[in-house]
Amino acid sequence: MKSAAKPFDFYTVAALTRVGNQVASTIAELHAGLQNCSDASIFHHTFQTLGSHHFLTEGFSNDFAQWALTSTNRGDLAEQLGSLDVRDYMSIAELRTDLSRIVGDYCATHSSVVTQSALEPFWFCEGLEVNAPLGRSATTLEEFRAGLEQLSHAAFYFHFISSRMRLQLRTNDFSMWLTNELELPSLAERINRIDIYTNTLDGAREVMLRLIAREVARQ
Amino acid sequence: MTTVLNGHATSGKTSSLDDYLALLGQGEIDGIRALARPLRGRTVQMVNSTAVGGGVAEILNRLVPLALDLDLQIRWDVMDGGADFFQVTKAFHNALHGDPYRSDPTDFEVFLSYNDRNCRDIQLDSEFVVIHDPQPAALINARTGGAGHWIWRCHIDLSRPNTTVWEFLEKFVARYDAAIFSSPAFSRQLAIPQYLFYPSIDPLADKNRPLDDEVVDTMLTPFGIDRSRPILTQISRFDRLKDPIGVIRAYRIVKRYVDCQLVLAGGGATDDPEGATVLKEVRRAAADDADIHVIELASWAPLEVNALQRASTIVIQKSLREGFGLTVAEALWKKKPVVASAVGGIPIQIIHKHTGLLAHSVEGTAYQIRYLLSHPDIAARLGEQGHEHVKENFLITNNLRQYLALFLSFLR
Repeated sequence: MKSAAKPFDFYTVAALTRVGNQVASTIAELHAGLQNCSDASIFHHTFQTLGSHHFLTEGFSNDFAQWALTSTNRGDLAEQLGSLDVRDYMSIAELRTDLSRIVGDYCATHSSVVTQSALEPFWFCEGLEVNAPLGRSATTLEEFRAGLEQLSHAAFYFHFISSRMRLQLRTNDFSMWLTNELELPSLAERINRIDIYTNTLDGAREVMLRLIAREVARQ
Repeated sequence: MTTVLNGHATSGKTSSLDDYLALLGQGEIDGIRALARPLRGRTVQMVNSTAVGGGVAEILNRLVPLALDLDLQIRWDVMDGGADFFQVTKAFHNALHGDPYRSDPTDFEVFLSYNDRNCRDIQLDSEFVVIHDPQPAALINARTGGAGHWIWRCHIDLSRPNTTVWEFLEKFVARYDAAIFSSPAFSRQLAIPQYLFYPSIDPLADKNRPLDDEVVDTMLTPFGIDRSRPILTQISRFDRLKDPIGVIRAYRIVKRYVDCQLVLAGGGATDDPEGATVLKEVRRAAADDADIHVIELASWAPLEVNALQRASTIVIQKSLREGFGLTVAEALWKKKPVVASAVGGIPIQIIHKHTGLLAHSVEGTAYQIRYLLSHPDIAARLGEQGHEHVKENFLITNNLRQYLALFLSFLR
């Protein structure tokens, strides 16, 4: 079994939510907010919310879509916003552009609706992540598998989901290490394709562990 | 001033993070310990205005020993105040919730004089000082030369505060390094960073710990509740804002379709004149319906609350106004399907059709209850997902993790 020159260091993360002073009470105001809010706000309402609501695997994908559905009763807008997959983006700017485009197009075609007051306003918040090393590392696939089994949801989220923004690549910490250090690009790619919207974090981890077990057996 | 727990009094170490191992798993415990590692030996101070009773004391009673277990040098001080001080702060509390307030300059003098006295009596020299709620807010006057990191933790709803009281308090709040609120809607326009910390429940507390079915049976016997038929329950003090009469009206609609019972249980009616009036109104509305159980609990009856929630088929929280409404989290933790009003912090806990059902009227509440009674599979799924939501977001260990993250953020 190959041993990595550079070990995989496992980290955990804690998310802090900062309340902004920006609020949207209508869809039109949401559109304006999407254009002006901070990158940390877009990150919070898309990436972080996926981590804190990972146990919902039907119809909950980001806060914007959820608000459009429950506070404005606009299922069509919610569906479009909810279909965005954060894995398709390498920067918050790109994600913001698409969110803003969807809401902007909706405003252009539903002018009478988008100024109606929502049941509850949308509060733009910002996400901050504070990470810490767990003091565990792996140099082989077996050690990596063992480490993965013991990770909390927060740690798993940090390496598998929020890492995309850190890496600015369409990959994650796990796949990156498997490719670069253990030279297992095929396994890395299969792991990267695990659907984070239809799996809980536990479910995603189980799929990952099965893929690794198969690779260990093959070696 | 009373020091309730401090970093040198190891006898105060009443609970350990490892107590939560079976519930949370090793990974979560390891994660919290890893976050705490850089903070070992750092001094932290929590200050509030009461050692017993009330949600803040309940949280600190659990949080402080857990922080001690992580080797933080944490102490919990309770400020001293006379009856005149607490009369003023009660008026402030109500005014900050939006109630009318007749401005009286002596109120502000009383407030400041007790805060000044406590500034002298409490040693406020920790690296992280967390001041809870408005009562001790002016202790910021004790800060010397910008030392330490001062945080104001506001547990109350400031969405519609009385301007006079808020403007008085804001002068102090603005001098903190950060403020923490329980919901974005409760926050204010402030120049300092404002963070969102959800209130939390303790899964190991008597109110939430697992109970054997026999224990639930025993606890319910005195109330004459029939466990073979559906039980709808609302646990809350007898207060018009909790709309107990609306709950009875919703139950009566449901009863036309399903043979069920209603439990309305709450405490505090004996020492609250308005509570006693509302209790009378509720009893009158229940009339001679033997399937409506109006239960006046002692002001602190955690095991009874636990048993009633566990015995329920559906838990209701039909409030007209609500702070955060932690009874919802308590019910969700017990995997109960919840039908609740979309007010205050409830929609944060009830994600409609995912972790429970929201309603906006008596008729809507009745409809959602009927729907869940006739779709037990969906009710079970909502209960399961509600439990996961609480586990991920509303447990005391999440609260601990957030404090650690906040302290670490000051160091980076």
